[in-house]
Amino acid sequence: MIYKGKVHKVGEHIDTDAIIPARFLVTSDPEKLGKNCMAGIEPDWVQRVQKGDILVAGRNFGCGSSREHAPIAILGAGMPLVIGHSFARIFYRNAFNMGLPLLEIGDQVDQINDGDELEVDMDKGTIRDLTAGCAMQFPPMPASMTAILNKGGLVGYVKDRLSKER
Amino acid sequence: MQQTLAQKLLQRHTQEAIQSDGQIVQCRVSLVLANDITGPLAIKSFHGMGAAKVFDREKIALVMDHFTPQKDIDSANQVLISRNFAREQGLTHYYEGGNCGVEHTLLPEQGLVGPGDLVVGADSHTCTYGGIAAFATGMGSTDIAAAMALGETWLKVPPTIRVEFTGTLNAHVRAKDLMLMLIGKIGVDGALYKALEFGGSIIDNLGVEGRLTMANMAIEAGAKAGLFASDAQTKSYCAEHGRTQGFEEIRADDNANYEQVVRIDLTGQGPVVACPHLPGNVKPVQELGHLPVQQVVIGSCTNGRISDMRDAAGILRGRKVKNTVRCIILPSTPTVWKQCLQEGLMEIFMEAGCIVGPCTCGPCLGGHMGILADGERAVATTNRNFKGRMGSLSSEVYLASPVVAAASAVVGEVAGPEAL
Repeated sequence: MIYKGKVHKVGEHIDTDAIIPARFLVTSDPEKLGKNCMAGIEPDWVQRVQKGDILVAGRNFGCGSSREHAPIAILGAGMPLVIGHSFARIFYRNAFNMGLPLLEIGDQVDQINDGDELEVDMDKGTIRDLTAGCAMQFPPMPASMTAILNKGGLVGYVKDRLSKER
Repeated sequence: MQQTLAQKLLQRHTQEAIQSDGQIVQCRVSLVLANDITGPLAIKSFHGMGAAKVFDREKIALVMDHFTPQKDIDSANQVLISRNFAREQGLTHYYEGGNCGVEHTLLPEQGLVGPGDLVVGADSHTCTYGGIAAFATGMGSTDIAAAMALGETWLKVPPTIRVEFTGTLNAHVRAKDLMLMLIGKIGVDGALYKALEFGGSIIDNLGVEGRLTMANMAIEAGAKAGLFASDAQTKSYCAEHGRTQGFEEIRADDNANYEQVVRIDLTGQGPVVACPHLPGNVKPVQELGHLPVQQVVIGSCTNGRISDMRDAAGILRGRKVKNTVRCIILPSTPTVWKQCLQEGLMEIFMEAGCIVGPCTCGPCLGGHMGILADGERAVATTNRNFKGRMGSLSSEVYLASPVVAAASAVVGEVAGPEAL
C-alpha cells in the first residue's frame, strides 16, 4: 500500500476538542464530521485539504476525550493517514479501530514541513519527502493492527470473526 | 514477582500469568459504560459487528449525562437511540432524567463500581474509578461495542509511575491542587500509555472523594489509569454506597517494579490553577495578578461531589458573587443535589447570587448551560482547558479547585481564598 499526498502539519498536543469540537458531536456521519475537522484550531481549517492529503502532527496528537468522532472526522475530511511524533493512547486505539493508520516516527517528524509532498510505502516502512528530498523509516505495522486495518476497522474485523465462529 | 497495583488488578481479570509490563492480556470486564455522545456510536458498531445480545444486561451502564437535559433535536435523537437500545436489551442500568447524574460521580455512588473491578468506558474520564482501586480506563465507542458484545477486551499491562505526596497540607489546598501540581510537573504526556499509582502520607489521609478527583485527571497526564490502594476509607465509602459484598484491601507489593518514582512535598505550597490552554500549564494562583473572570463553573466529574459543594459553600457563605460574574453550580448527581438542599448549601448558593443548575456535564465540554463568548475568561473546577473547550475559540478556561473557583466568583478575578 502506497500513500502519496500533500502534508498538512499541526503542532504538539493537538487535542480531540481541536480535531472535532464537542458541539459537532451530535452526529457520527463521516462527511458531516469531516466538514468540521480541525475546527478547534480554526473554523475553516479543513478548506485546505484535498482528498488523499496527509496529516502530520507533533507530540501527543489526539490527547483528551475518547471521542471516536476524531479519527472519523480526519477520514471524513479525506486524509487517509496520520504521521506523528507520538499519539495519545485512546486516540491510537480508536484510529486503528476506525481504519485510520497512524505512523509514530518520533523526532523524524521535524524533517517534514507543511505543504511538502510525501510518498509513504506501508510495506517497506519508508516515508519519502519528495519536496525536502529526504527519507525516513518506521517500524512495520504489528500483524494484529494490519488485520484490523485490512477489514476496514474493528467493526469489520469482529463481524468477520463472529461469522466464522458461527 | 512483586506486583504494582496495575499488575495486581489486571491479574484478577485474566487467565494469563502477568510476567511483565507491555504484555498484552485478554481480560474479562466487570462493567462497560457509555454516554449520550459515545453510546449511539457504540450501538451502531455493535449492530455493524452482527452482535445480537449484550454479554450481560446487568453489566452495561448507559448514562445520558453530556447534553442532558437534551439541548436540541440532534442530541435528543442520540438519547432516543440509546433508550431504545437499553429497552431492547433489557439493560438494568440506564440513566436519563431524574435518576441521571454525571457518570463518574454516579456509578461509584450507586455502588456499581468497587475495588478490584475492571471497568471500561467510552469516556476518557472512566479512569476516575481508580480512586476506589478499580482498574478503569477510557476507550472509543467501537472498542466498547466489542466489550458489550464479548464481555472481554485486550489490554496492554502498563508500566507504572509511583507518585508520593508528603509534607503538610496548607488549609486551602485540595485534591485538585495535588493533581494539577503533578500534571504541571510531568506534563500532559508525562504518563502516556502508563499507570499512575498514588501513595504517601497525604494520600493515606485523603478522603475517597478527593482520590476520585485525582484519578479522574490521570488522563490529563496521558495515563491509562490512576490508581489508589483500597483501605479502611475505601471500605466505609463502599459500605455507605451499597457495595458491601466482597470488599478487599488491595495494595501494591512492597518493592514492586516502578518505571519512575515522583515525590511531591506539599509543605509551604498554596492552591494552584492550570492556565490556558493545557492542564499542564500550572501556576500558583497567587502569582497570577489581576485577571477578570466572567464565568465560574463548579461541578463536573472532577469536582461535583458533596465535599466539593461544601468547599464552595464554605467560601460563599455570607458573601456575594461579584455582579460581573456568572457563577454556575452543577451538583453532579441527584443525590448530591438533595444533600446540598438538606445541608442548607442551596440557600448559601442562592443568597450569594449563584445559578444552580441540573446534574449535567453541560459547560465542561462547551455543550450547553454556560458557554463562553469571544474573549471571555472562566475559572472552572472541570478537567480540561483546551482552546475553545467551553465555547468561543478566543475564550479562556482556568482549572482550579472549588475553593479557588468560589473565591474567584466573589473577587471577580482568578483568585485564591487569601484574596477575599
